[in-house]
Parts: sequence; structure tokens; C-alpha cells
Amino acid sequence: MRHWSRAAWALGLAALALFPVVVSNPAYTTIGVFTLIYMACATSWNMFSGYTGYIALGSAVSYGVGAYTMALVSIHANMTPGASMFWLVPLGGLLATLVAVPIGAIALRVRRHTFVVITIAIFFVFQLTAINVGFTGSTSGLILPFISWSESYYNLPFYYVGLGLVIFATILSAVVRRSRFGLQMLAIRDDEDRALGLGVRTTAVKLTGFALAQFTIGMAGALYAMFVGQIFPQFVFDPLFDVSIALMAFLGGFGTLVGPLLGALILESFQQWLTLSFSNSSLYLILFGALFLLVILFMPQGIVVFVRDRVTRRVAREKAAVAASETTLAGSGA
Amino acid sequence: MSGSALTYAIVDGVLTGSVYALMATGLTLIFGVMDIINIAQGIFVVLGAYLSYAIQLHWGIDPFVGLFITIPTLFVVGIVVERGFMARLKGPEKTAMSILVTYAVSLLIEGSLNMIFSVNDVQISAWYVNQSFKLFGVYFAYIYVFGFILAVVLLTALWVLLYRTRFGASVRASLADQTAAALIGINVKRVATICFGIGTAVTAAGGMVFGATNAFNASSSYDLISRLLTIIVLGGMGSLGGALVASIGMVMLEDVVGVVWSPIWSTMTFFIVLVIVLSLRPQGLFGKQLARTA
Repeated sequence: MRHWSRAAWALGLAALALFPVVVSNPAYTTIGVFTLIYMACATSWNMFSGYTGYIALGSAVSYGVGAYTMALVSIHANMTPGASMFWLVPLGGLLATLVAVPIGAIALRVRRHTFVVITIAIFFVFQLTAINVGFTGSTSGLILPFISWSESYYNLPFYYVGLGLVIFATILSAVVRRSRFGLQMLAIRDDEDRALGLGVRTTAVKLTGFALAQFTIGMAGALYAMFVGQIFPQFVFDPLFDVSIALMAFLGGFGTLVGPLLGALILESFQQWLTLSFSNSSLYLILFGALFLLVILFMPQGIVVFVRDRVTRRVAREKAAVAASETTLAGSGA
Repeated sequence: MSGSALTYAIVDGVLTGSVYALMATGLTLIFGVMDIINIAQGIFVVLGAYLSYAIQLHWGIDPFVGLFITIPTLFVVGIVVERGFMARLKGPEKTAMSILVTYAVSLLIEGSLNMIFSVNDVQISAWYVNQSFKLFGVYFAYIYVFGFILAVVLLTALWVLLYRTRFGASVRASLADQTAAALIGINVKRVATICFGIGTAVTAAGGMVFGATNAFNASSSYDLISRLLTIIVLGGMGSLGGALVASIGMVMLEDVVGVVWSPIWSTMTFFIVLVIVLSLRPQGLFGKQLARTA
């Protein structure tokens, strides 16, 4: 089983790494970059929300902070357009983490249901501030230094940096999952009061998890800003982003490692393909909503758990069949 | 600050706040009885507004008279959504799942409304929208007063239903403790379905007034739902009185900030107050202290 799973991970990684080599059409590699950005975000989101059970619906704050770090620093420092701007990606992540500390300190004062609503409210505070203050370019947005890479080359650096983010988020998520800290988060998800009673410092654990999860999301926001070249407050602080990454994690498998990756891969590529094929955005909303409903109603635990259950049941049935035939044999032999 | 500006803030707070209270009551009722956070409440309000708008446009029926059509329609929509989707949700992640499901419902309706009515803003018009009168030295369109009366009538009706009928007793029992209510023979599922219907039906009235006092399109639902959620969290989730007080208080505060400082910052104040209140009182103004949460 362990070998199989290792092989699957290696195969998945190889497929992602080779994708832009095989498919050179920039339209498709663009979809690839967006998909990787969402895969990193969904994995990182799941590292806090999936492990603790605290659904955060304000991740666009971190994404926006990351995007504006990239935009403002590159513009005001008069950076040479090009690969050197990638150094701002970790800076975006760092700032997003710093911003998340006070947010988390306030939002985590309440339990689950209310936490969801507060993260939404805090998100709106940031969105409105970004639209109202001048330095974000307000509704006309900010234009980043123009990178003059050729059309066929442009997507490649972004694709591989994006892949780097996905690998980073996945490894971090896996390491956390196996650590004492990860176990403490899972304990909170199962029964917070009992975890508290057993000596888990719940507030500190939740706050650390929350802030840590924002790092990759901030980096992804910075990468996005650099990739698209122009950002608007209403698009980087987007309520749809908040819900999308949550949906991706739920679609794949809430709280699992591979789930959010799979969910983001399916949903984001589907979404980008829909936008590419249908210019009618209303139709897209309807399709997205319908898909969303079907998934939640028929696979409420996500694809990973759904498939795993099927496999386990099948293996169990086969074992039972083998056991039954052995009994019969033994019976006839006696 | 001039006296008339303050008067305006207070009067508008009470008039507009009561309409928000009506919409927020539906939301908090649904949460209290079913542990469901209904993100679709915002789009239901917009749906109610569009229904009133379309009925007036095509059949020439006055929006207030049209409520006799739109309120039952949204009641049925609520029942369908509850039976079709909400009733299927189970398990420890039920509340979280309900957010996603109602969000999906909301996207479906938003997309459909965009296709039918386009994304251009519309507004319900009638004589009481265009004409105004002077109250405490400030001009108000008649719709604000009519909307206020409508909200008071419906909130009173809701109060009578909840506090003076047998059905209301089962609802309140379910609000207090679902398991205990089921144990004494209350059909909690049926109560939940009807509550969801009622919670949705009130948005028809709220939506009509909203559509007459604001230009709207389908994406107005985002602003609405964020305000309504803030109101019910502030009032204490599941508390009906809390929703009323929080609605009026918040609209008043928004108006005062708009007058004293700048309208740009008034919406933000709304959310900042929430953050401050919750830092001091995590269960909201009138919320129950949660001992153990599953």
C-alpha cells in the first residue's frame, strides 16, 4: 500500500512537471498556472481549517495582502521587470502571516459557527478598505512593472514557481499532520473541550495554525499579481476566492492531504475551461453552482474518502469471499 | 454635527433597521432551529425584489399588493430548498456544509437572475418611492414609512406565531434544545422545514422594500448577506430579539458615521463594531453562552 501511494505521488508530480513541456499552447499553460495557485491555496487552507474544523472564509485577505505586497514593492522600488521580482513572493507570504496574527487573535475568540461569520466580516473590512484607500489604486487598480518575456516563454517561470508553491504547501501540510502540533489540531477538531482538558493550549495552537496557513496563500497572491500584471482590489479581495478554496478542499476530501490538491486540480481547471469556452458568465455561475450541489449531496466527504471507502469495502468483500471459500474447503477436507 | 443630521440617523435607523430586522429574523430563526447558516438569504432578498419588480412591470400590480403573490412564492422556494438539500445534511460538519450548499444555491439563483434580468441595476418605482414628506425637519420618501409599517406588521405576526400558538411553542422548544424537543414528541424535522419556509418568506417583504429604496442587481446579495450575517452574530446567533436590536443599532450607527465622518467609511464601521463587540462578548449581545460545542 505504502509503495503504491509513493508511486502515485511521484507519478502525479512528474505529470505536473512535464505538463508545460508536452502542452505548449499558452492558453492551456495559463490554466495550468492558475490551477497550481489554487492547489497551493486549497492545501494550505486545509492545513488549518481541515485539521482544526474551523472553517475560515476570509482567506482572500491573505491573498490580497500578498498580491499588494508584490504590486506596491515592485512599483515603488522601481524593480527591473523580470525574474528578480520572484523574490517578493516569500515577502508577500510573510506579510500575509503577520497580518493574520491580529485577525486570528480576534476571530479565534469564538467557536466554530461564529468564527465562520467573523472571518467573512473581517474579509469585508479589508475589501472595503482596499477599495476606499488611495494606495491600492482604488477601483482602477495598479499596474505592475511590465515583464517583456516572449509569449511562448512567459508562462513557464510562473508555472514552475507555482509548482514549487504546491510542493512546499504539500510537504508543510504532511509534516504538520505528523507532528505533535498537527495532532493537537486534530484533537481540537474532534473535541475542543476535551483537548483543552487534556492540556492542549487550544488558543495558541489554533492561532499558530491559522497564521501558518496564510503564508502559502500570501505567496500565491503575490505570484498571481506578478503573473497577471494588473490587480484590482475587488478581484484580489474576492469573496468567490474564499468559498472556492473551501469548496476545493471539500470536493477532494476535507482534512486529507491529497484531497485539496485533487479538488483544486479538478475545479480550477474546469472553471478556467468554462470561462474559456463560454463567454457567458451567468451560465458559468449556474453550472458551477449545480456541480457544487451535486458534489456536496452525493459525495459529502469528498472524492478521496468516497473512493477509499469503495476500495476498503471491496477489499473487505474479497477477503470475506476468500475466507468463506477457505472455510468450505476446510469443511470438505474434514 | 448638526441636530437634523442626528435626527436623520435615528429616524432612518429605526425605519430601515426594522426592514433589516425582518430579513435577519428569518436568518437567525433558521440558524437557531436547524444549525444552518443560510448564505442564500441575501439572494432570496434580491429574488423577492426582482419578483415584485417583474410583477409590477408585466402585470401592473402594486408591489405592496404583489406581496400576496411573492410571500407565498418564496415560502415555497424555501420549502423546496430545505426538502431538496438542507434535509440531507447530517453529521458533525453539518453547519459548515450548510454554508457551502446555500452558497451553491445562491450561485444558481444569481446566475439565473443575471440571465433573465441582465446585470444592469433596476429599482422598483411607485408614487411612494418618488414622493417624500418632512419628518423632524428631514425629508423621507413615503416608502421608508410604508416599509417600516410592513416590517412592524410582519414582525408582530411572527411574534404572535412564535409566542402565542402551539406551533410557536414547538419552534421555541426546538430553538432551545432540538434533542429534548424531539423527545417530548415534537416533529423537529417538520418544524425545521416550516421555519426555513418562513425564514425565506419574510425576505419577499424585505426584498420588496429593499428594491424600492435601492437600485439593485443580483450581485447586491453579497452586500446584503454580509450585513445580515453581521447583524445576527452581533445580536447573538439564534436570538430573535438580538436580531431586532442589532439591526436598528447598526443602521443607526452607519448613518451617524456617514454624517459625521464620511459615507465611505460607514459600511466599514459596521464590521469594525462587530469585531470589537465580539472581542468583548464572544457570544454576541444576546447570545447564549455556549458550554460545549460539538
